Amino acid sequence: MKKYGSFFRLRFVMGLSYRAAAWAGVATQFVWGGMEIAMFRAFYGAEPEHFPMTMDAAVSYVWLQQAFLALFAAWMLEGEVFESIRDGNIVYEMCRPMKLYPMLFVRAMAMRVSRAALRCGPVLLFAILLPGPYGLKAPGQGQTGLFLAAMALGVLVTVAFGTLIYGITFYTISPEGLRLLVTSAMDFFNGAIIPLPFFPDKMRAIMEVLPFAAMQNVPLRVYSGDLQGEAALRAVALQILWLAVLVGLGQAVMARAERKLAVQGG
Amino acid sequence: MMRDGLRLYGHYVSIHIKSMMQYKSSFFLAVTGQFLVSFNVFLGMFFMFQRFSAVGGFTYSQVLLCFGIFLMEFSLAECVARGFDTFSSMVRKGEFDRVLVRPRGAVLQVLGSRFELTRIGRMLQAAVMFGYGVGKSGISWDVPRVITVVFMVAGGTALFFGIFLVGAALCFFTLESLEIMNIFTDGAREFGRYPAGVYGKRILQLCTFVVPYGLVQHYPLLFLLGKRKEVWWMFVPLLAFVFVIPCYGVWRAGVRRYQSAGS
Repeated sequence: MKKYGSFFRLRFVMGLSYRAAAWAGVATQFVWGGMEIAMFRAFYGAEPEHFPMTMDAAVSYVWLQQAFLALFAAWMLEGEVFESIRDGNIVYEMCRPMKLYPMLFVRAMAMRVSRAALRCGPVLLFAILLPGPYGLKAPGQGQTGLFLAAMALGVLVTVAFGTLIYGITFYTISPEGLRLLVTSAMDFFNGAIIPLPFFPDKMRAIMEVLPFAAMQNVPLRVYSGDLQGEAALRAVALQILWLAVLVGLGQAVMARAERKLAVQGG
Repeated sequence: MMRDGLRLYGHYVSIHIKSMMQYKSSFFLAVTGQFLVSFNVFLGMFFMFQRFSAVGGFTYSQVLLCFGIFLMEFSLAECVARGFDTFSSMVRKGEFDRVLVRPRGAVLQVLGSRFELTRIGRMLQAAVMFGYGVGKSGISWDVPRVITVVFMVAGGTALFFGIFLVGAALCFFTLESLEIMNIFTDGAREFGRYPAGVYGKRILQLCTFVVPYGLVQHYPLLFLLGKRKEVWWMFVPLLAFVFVIPCYGVWRAGVRRYQSAGS
C-alpha cells in the first residue's frame, strides 16, 4: 500500500509543475463558466416554468464543473498510456514490483487531482466574488458532508472507468477509435454537455442509473441541494455500487490481458 | 501575381490531399472524431429545445440555421488556415526560416503548409443543420437573403482566419503557452451555436466591437428572419473583413520582430 502512496505523491508533484498551462486553463474556465451561465439565464428568462433546477443550483453546477474540470473531464485519458499499450512499452511498467491495475489507477488519480489542485482555487475564488445571480453560493444546508463524499466517489468512479478503458485497449490494435467513442459517450451521459435534469424525463430515468451518472452528476447537484434527502443517499449508494463493479471489471480485464499479452522482441 | 499565387496554393492543397489519402483509415477516424465532438454540442442543444420552445426570441430551427452557418464558417477557416493554428510548432522546428528565404509571401506559404480536410466531418454536419433550418424556419427566400448567407460564410471564414492569424503572430512575442487563444476559437465554436444576442447585451457588444462574431451570425440572422427590414443589413457580414486588417498588422509586426532560433 505504501508504494502506491509514494507513487501517487510522485505523479502528483510531477503534475504540479505545469503551471503556465494551468493559468491558461483558468482563464478558459472563467469564460466558459460565464458563457454557460449567460446561456442558462437566457433559457430561464424565456420560460422559467420549464427550467428543471433552481437558477442558483444551475449556477453552482456550472462553476463547480469548471473549477473541478480536471477531476471529471472525459478527454483526460492519458495519451501516453494508450501509446505505451500500443507500442509495447507498457511491459516496462509491468516489470515494476507493483500490480498494473492499481498503478494505472493511482497514476490517473494523481494526474486529475494535481491538475484540479492547480486550477480550482482561482476559479472558485472568482466564482464566489462574482456579484448576484452569477456568483457561486454556499452549499445547501447540511449538504457539505454528503457533497464531499459524493465528490470523492465521483472522482474514483471516473478514474475506475478510465482505467477499465486502458484495460480494454490491450485487446485493440489502434486505440484511437475506442478513445473517441468513449470520450463522446462519457461527455454526453455524465452531464458535461448539459446537466442531466435537462433531459426529457424518460431518458433521464435511464441515464441516472448508468455508471456515467455516478461521476460528476451526483456531487455537483448535491452541493446546491438539487439532489437531497433520500434521492441523494440513493445516488451516493449507486456511486459505491458502480465503483465496486468498475474496479472489479477493470481488474479482471487487465489480469486477463496481462496473462495473454505477447510482446514481440526488438 | 494573384493568379500565380492561387495556382501555387492549389498545388499545395492537392499534395496534402494526396498524402492524406495514403492513410485512409486514420483519415476517416479523424473525420468521425471531428463529427462526434460537434455532434455532442448539437445534441445538447436538441435536448434543451425538447424542454424550451425558444431562447432570446429564436426558435429551434432558427438557432439551428445560425449554428449551421457558423459551424460552416469555423470549419472552413480551420480547414484552410490550420497552418496558422499550428504555427508554434513551425517556429519551434525552425521551418519558418525556410519560409522566409523563399521568394513567396509568408502568409501564402503558411496557408499552404497544412490543409485539414478532416474538417469535412463538421462541414457535413453544418450543412445538414443548415438544410433543416432552411426548411423549417419559415424564411421566405429571395435574392438578397441568399446573398446574405454567402456573405455570412465568407465574412465568418475571414473572421476566424483573422483570429488564427493573431494566434500565430503571438508566437513571435511570447514563448508561453497560447492556449488562451482557444477561448476565441473553440469557445466561439462551442457558444456560437446560439446567436450572440442570447447571451445578453454586454456579450453582444463584445461580439460586435471587440471580436465581431455577431456580425456574421446574430445581425444577419435578424435580417434573414425579417426582424430587420433595411437592405443594408445584408452587407453587415462583410464588415468582418475589416477585422482582418488589424490582425494582419499584428502578424506583420510579429514577422518583423522574428529572430531565428538558429540551428
